[in-house]
Amino acid sequence: MAKAPTFDIPAFREDLASPAVVPGAMDHSQPFVASPDHQADLGFPGELVDDWETKAVEKLGELLEKNRALRVYLDSCVKCGACTDKCHYYIGTGDPKNMPVARQDLLRSVYRRNFTLAGKLMPKLVGARDLDKDLLDDWYKYFHQCSQCRRCAVFCPYGIDTAEISMAAREIMDHIGVGQKYCNEIIGKVHKIGNNLGLPKPALINTMEGLEEDVEEETGITVRFPVDVKGADVLLVTPSADFFAEPHVDGLIGYAKVFHQAGISWTVSSYASEAANFAMFIGSYEQMHKVAARIRQAALDLGVKRIVFGECGHAWRVAYSFLNSLAGPWDFLDPKYPKPQHILEVTNGLIKSGAINLDTTANDDKVLTFHDSCNVARGSRMGDVEGGQFIIPREVIKASVNKFVDMDPGTINEKTFCCGGGGGLLTDDLMELRVKGALPRMEALKDVVDNHGVTHMAAICAICKSQFAKVMPYYGFPMDMIISVHQLVGDAILLGTKE
Amino acid sequence: MAYEVGGKTFESDEEGYLVDLASWNEELAGLIAKDEEIDMTDEHWEVVNFLRDYYNEYQIAPAVRVLVKAIKKKFGAEKGSNKYLYELFPYGPAKQACKIAGLPKPTGCV
Repeated sequence: MAKAPTFDIPAFREDLASPAVVPGAMDHSQPFVASPDHQADLGFPGELVDDWETKAVEKLGELLEKNRALRVYLDSCVKCGACTDKCHYYIGTGDPKNMPVARQDLLRSVYRRNFTLAGKLMPKLVGARDLDKDLLDDWYKYFHQCSQCRRCAVFCPYGIDTAEISMAAREIMDHIGVGQKYCNEIIGKVHKIGNNLGLPKPALINTMEGLEEDVEEETGITVRFPVDVKGADVLLVTPSADFFAEPHVDGLIGYAKVFHQAGISWTVSSYASEAANFAMFIGSYEQMHKVAARIRQAALDLGVKRIVFGECGHAWRVAYSFLNSLAGPWDFLDPKYPKPQHILEVTNGLIKSGAINLDTTANDDKVLTFHDSCNVARGSRMGDVEGGQFIIPREVIKASVNKFVDMDPGTINEKTFCCGGGGGLLTDDLMELRVKGALPRMEALKDVVDNHGVTHMAAICAICKSQFAKVMPYYGFPMDMIISVHQLVGDAILLGTKE
Repeated sequence: MAYEVGGKTFESDEEGYLVDLASWNEELAGLIAKDEEIDMTDEHWEVVNFLRDYYNEYQIAPAVRVLVKAIKKKFGAEKGSNKYLYELFPYGPAKQACKIAGLPKPTGCV
């Protein structure tokens, strides 16, 4: 595994031109299949069921009834081509099946064959086909080469959301016994242990105590890292990577310093020690509900007044867009605060009100840029103004550092590129895809490094942080160039000097 | 997949992580390390042994930060860094060292 990669690293494009089409370039790429045990934990069949062709079509019919948007997306494509070169996986691989329209057509063809009159009568004329094993194999490969980042939807004149189509396809595959190991094993761990990592309560407490010691050693100030404290005001729900990985943990230290300095009592829960909700990636409403219900239970058990989410991209999409329907109503929380609230909203508010003070010179060794995470950028919002999800993170960074430069406008805000590892693809068995899919972001980064001396890229998503730490070295950037936004805050915050 | 040491077979998953954690021994660790193209030094063994001890107590591998602290304590400040751990285990101290230590792979957004 430490060996040289068995694939070519894509070259930076001189003119950012559309890549040459290479049919079948990623035909070999697919993630490990979930074992029968992992499937059973989620109530899915352990292996490909008998009569799977019929059952898959039945499941598609069920999804079409439940999700009207899915039918609209499958009906409305006019093959205009606007999406073709907008996907980072197409840009990085050249595989034409990674053009969003081609990815959609994998499902659309089966929809047309079974649910439209034209497709039933004259399938060949309308691109309709029966679901056979070859097509199912393509589903498994290419719906796991979509990170559900929704960039293509920004450019589609009809707003067709490939993410919804990819989620539906994964949901159908789970129901006929073809699950993906990475996502399904992780969701099973959340049901059993409470987080993606499988971090049990004693380990969580040990980790948090260790952080308390570290911060005290470094600053001389006792900053608490509370676990399961009943009656705390804030329940912090953060990705379990924040307890484990680098540079995530520096973000967690930043949140703790912010709460400490603002005098906000807070706690994490060992029962709901995970912000991520991987059930969204597999398109399962039932699983999403089950994962989100843990947060509600923890909030009730601990008697908190507010729920704050840490830096996690898709968690914030689920929290901002669906938490109320998944696990609400949240009438027991304090109505003065958004339910839920993002840690960046909290920190930004405290900076603006003067409740915390930052010394930007603490970060003078750095020139920052910011990677907008796809699910935050295109699936949620922050604050109370349009585009708050772009404005607030940048305001917090600029309050923490003196030198900030944005990347090319075509690669940030709502047009941001996925890190290459989102949507349940952050797994070692997809390393080639992850490296190649990072190409457009790496190109935009190289531009600001070369022309503006950027030294660090900040992010607000655990997946983005892990993905970049892993793939940046392939492109000649050091792995520690990626940092948490709240690391910047934590390094700049003035502790114990409240006016 | 499986490893073979001393005429015995040790089952592993698709990625080479040991299935039966209790079946681990140092000889097997050496073989897994060889597969990973790693020459095991005292420092490597220190990491592997620390991971195993921590796992025995907490049923999970330690956070990278915890590991860095432990190594710093044992081998001094110049070796107490994430960077040094990556020099020892280029594919990442958590995943690669866990594999050699016979522990499950850390999952999630890591």
